[in-house]
Amino acid sequence: MVLKRRVLLLKTGIWLLGLTPLGWAVYRFFLGDGFGANPIAELQLWGGLTSLTALLAALSVTPLRRLTGWNDLQKVRRLVGLFAFFYVTLHFLIWIGLDQVFGWQYILEDLRERPYIMIGFAGFVLLLPLALTSTKGWIRRLGRRWVTLHRLIYVAALCGIVHYYLVTKADDRWPTFALGVWGVAMTMRVAWWLKGRSRAGRTLRTAAPSPG
Amino acid sequence: MLIRKRRGGEGYLPSSEITPYELYLDRRRFIAQGAALAAGAAMGAAAAPDALAGLAPPRAGTPQEEKLTSYEDITTYNNFYEFGAQKDDPWRNSGPFRPLPWSVQVEGECNNPGTFALEDFLRGHEVVEPVYRLRCVEAWSMVIPWRGVRLRDVIVRAQPHGNARFVEMTTVVRPSEMIGQRHPILRWPYIEGLRLDEAMNELTILATGIYGKDLLNQNGAPLRLVVPWKYGFKSIKSIVKFRFTRDMPENTWQTMAPDEYGFYSNVNPDVDHPRWSQARERRIGEFRRRPTLMFNGYEEQVAHMYRGMDLRRWY
Repeated sequence: MVLKRRVLLLKTGIWLLGLTPLGWAVYRFFLGDGFGANPIAELQLWGGLTSLTALLAALSVTPLRRLTGWNDLQKVRRLVGLFAFFYVTLHFLIWIGLDQVFGWQYILEDLRERPYIMIGFAGFVLLLPLALTSTKGWIRRLGRRWVTLHRLIYVAALCGIVHYYLVTKADDRWPTFALGVWGVAMTMRVAWWLKGRSRAGRTLRTAAPSPG
Repeated sequence: MLIRKRRGGEGYLPSSEITPYELYLDRRRFIAQGAALAAGAAMGAAAAPDALAGLAPPRAGTPQEEKLTSYEDITTYNNFYEFGAQKDDPWRNSGPFRPLPWSVQVEGECNNPGTFALEDFLRGHEVVEPVYRLRCVEAWSMVIPWRGVRLRDVIVRAQPHGNARFVEMTTVVRPSEMIGQRHPILRWPYIEGLRLDEAMNELTILATGIYGKDLLNQNGAPLRLVVPWKYGFKSIKSIVKFRFTRDMPENTWQTMAPDEYGFYSNVNPDVDHPRWSQARERRIGEFRRRPTLMFNGYEEQVAHMYRGMDLRRWY
């Protein structure tokens, strides 16, 4: 009961945190500066930055849990990931609906010819199966393969960072910062994986080999 | 203020160039009165009937038929990396900048080099108030009523030597007042340049004001270039130096990314930026993108300078 309440509180916190960028955008649109002189471009920037932040937050959940030993975090990892998917989708829809106003010939041309669009779109597409298989039923059905499949988020986040680099004209301190966060989160995973493997190796030598 | 039609002008001078500030303020009245009447009002009693006849009614696509961008948008949405790389940075961060007193250096291949107080540098030149489209390389655009002097007049006074082929311009360096210059996001100082014939073109001005008011810091106070048929980054801001050269200047964006930004940087819907399309643009204040015009709609006035040039190669 106590445990459940703790997790519930944490989940509520993530919901509030996850909806904050959206609430802030709605506030800014109606009561603030209306996203300035070029609202569509500014909305795009907002959507992109929020997406990337959420993706990196999702990637950081596991390292944070392992570093702090705060194991409840594992229970909100999926929620954080879904928020990331939500904002990436919003970012995508702003492009289709507001920026291009459903001008399909321009959209297709961009998808064919512009590397930053291609790679951003690739990141979005990679997230689709993850969002679709985020239900309890699919987790059960896929078993071990679910974990493997969901590693695609590493690639998707990297796509987002490259996409960010490619739209930046000169000041790439922010995309570099994002790449740094991604790098740290990934390095920790690889280090733990290597450590786990060498430990498993030692275990394997002593135990009878089993058909995996 | 008396604004005269230039001697020897071919009659192409758009009437927008001589529309006074009072008329910018009341566009409805401007339209109601008609361009000819507005031109007549601007020319005043001195206007001869034939001079009026020379001012053709606005052609399709000239800024008279395009809405002026609001003063608020012009002064809050800028690329001026000296004050930061975000669009609202120049507006937010340019407060500490002191544009006056200002002096301008003229050097290189010319007979009248020297350092001049801004007042002396501008004194005696005819004031012009053209309305120009501004097309940013990032595919957004504005329509801006400028005030300034023709760069041509400044150059004539400097008397460049026969071997001078280019004019290079340099932005002030003041990291203490320009927060963006504290980081090497670009190579400071910002440098731009024009071929001498481009600099002498009638459209090219050194602006000192917008909407009849002095330039604000975020717009390049106290003195900036405006070359309306080129992407916005060519229109260098807060200029402290003009240098006449034989060799093509190395403009800042070209040195930053030579495959993306060239020396000429003429607005051209057919030559894409390597990363994005230049075929369309978003006019600030409008929802849908509009097609980008060759030479930003100033083909008639400038295309002759590039005749025979491969504009794909000389982007």
